[in-house]
Amino acid sequence: MRDDTQTETPTMLTKMSARGVEVHYGPKRALNGIDLDIGTGDVTALIGPSGCGKTTFLRCLNRMNDTIASARVSGSVTLDGDEIYGSQGLDPVLLRMRVGMVFQKPNPFPKSIYDNVAFGPRIHGLHQRKDELDHVVHMALERAGLWQEVKDRLDQQGTGLSGGQQQRLCIARAIAVAPEVILMDEPCSALDPIATAKVEELIDELRENFTIVIVTHSMQQAARVSQRTAFFHLGDVVEVGPTEQIFTAPAHRLTQGYITGRFG
Amino acid sequence: MSIGEQHIVKSYDEELRKLDDALARMGGLAESQLAAAIEALTNRDSALAQKVMNDDGKVDACEEFINEQTIRVLALRSPVADDLRTVICSLKVAGGLERVADHAANCAKRSLVVNQMQPVAPMRSLVRMGRLVTELLNEVLDAYLNRDAERALAVRDRDQEVDDLYSSLFREILTYMMEDPRTITVCSHLMFIAKNIERVGDHATNIAEMTYYLVTGKSLKDKRPKRDTSPFEGATE
Repeated sequence: MRDDTQTETPTMLTKMSARGVEVHYGPKRALNGIDLDIGTGDVTALIGPSGCGKTTFLRCLNRMNDTIASARVSGSVTLDGDEIYGSQGLDPVLLRMRVGMVFQKPNPFPKSIYDNVAFGPRIHGLHQRKDELDHVVHMALERAGLWQEVKDRLDQQGTGLSGGQQQRLCIARAIAVAPEVILMDEPCSALDPIATAKVEELIDELRENFTIVIVTHSMQQAARVSQRTAFFHLGDVVEVGPTEQIFTAPAHRLTQGYITGRFG
Repeated sequence: MSIGEQHIVKSYDEELRKLDDALARMGGLAESQLAAAIEALTNRDSALAQKVMNDDGKVDACEEFINEQTIRVLALRSPVADDLRTVICSLKVAGGLERVADHAANCAKRSLVVNQMQPVAPMRSLVRMGRLVTELLNEVLDAYLNRDAERALAVRDRDQEVDDLYSSLFREILTYMMEDPRTITVCSHLMFIAKNIERVGDHATNIAEMTYYLVTGKSLKDKRPKRDTSPFEGATE
């Protein structure tokens, strides 16, 4: 982390904070000690070439790397100031309720649309009564911009929806447990421009209630949806700052080379 | 992987280079239009003045090309960072150069009238100011094309010399008209010619500021103090 190129948005409230985060996959070091703050209510975009560590970092934020046997994570990650790793760390299941995730490929469960969205609230035992659960499913689908399209076929398979609808279903599933942070790993890379636009519009709306971290390979998408952008390269954060600044006058020549397409 | 000077997509470099080439061509044209307009005044050369007026269309054509090329790059390449600044600055500099050429053409047009009248003394100061502005325009275009922010700033600072010359020329012309009302017609034309040249100086300053933004990504926040005092001439306080 090079401090000279880290620019904080002046009034930023920190939702999550990473300090000295290192990740090894077996003997290979994937992250070299990341310092990065995620602002409350911001959309933070993580950009960088393949293999730079942005997805690895994203997965550190809700301990998804725990599921990879060879992965070792060290350093500190906090959520609202509470450490998520270590013996005093948050319980991973509760953590993932607070920090949800949406993946690159839409991955609805082979269940009905209703059951997909109700899945999280059910396993967390959030709602006892059927009408409460109905309401949660309705609101999650509404917020994900999918309600109008599926309200008459909630009992049909989620996998039968179009790619764009499936991804919005996955977003509905993620927000049904009322998380505080949503992690998105290239959520639009398998979608056409119209479905992408719908997801981007959704991200903009979700920002009012959630903090969002998005990994994207599309520079234009990062520019369109985020307020802050962090550029990763070879396991380091090279530069982080307001998105507008990164895309008009980046401070670091590596950032400039990457976003303008001058990487050799 | 490393960062190179060239884009991975070579045709992108080609398109940006075309923009710079077109600006170099347009800058050269605008510069020679201004120089020729001053020369037409100095040498009372009406044929040359006529040529300056006729050639204005060439500069307009350059601007049109740059406008089209800019729109093309914006639409097809979605430029960011220094590429974005290059495209935006090209568009704005081209707009400025088009105005420069218009001012030169207007000087030339007025010189057709001035050349038919008895020479008057303020001509000398006017020509001096014209040469200074031509030099600044030349200098700032070099700075722009060489991406030299320091040199651009030096040009920006020197605009004060132009403003000082303009203010004193304004007084000089006024005095002349008061002394001999028969010179009012020719002096009025000189006044407008001086204003045209002073405006060219302002465009050179704008190009200097654009150059600074292009190179550094920062805009010049401290506004340059306006030293032209002619608007207050004749005020009682």
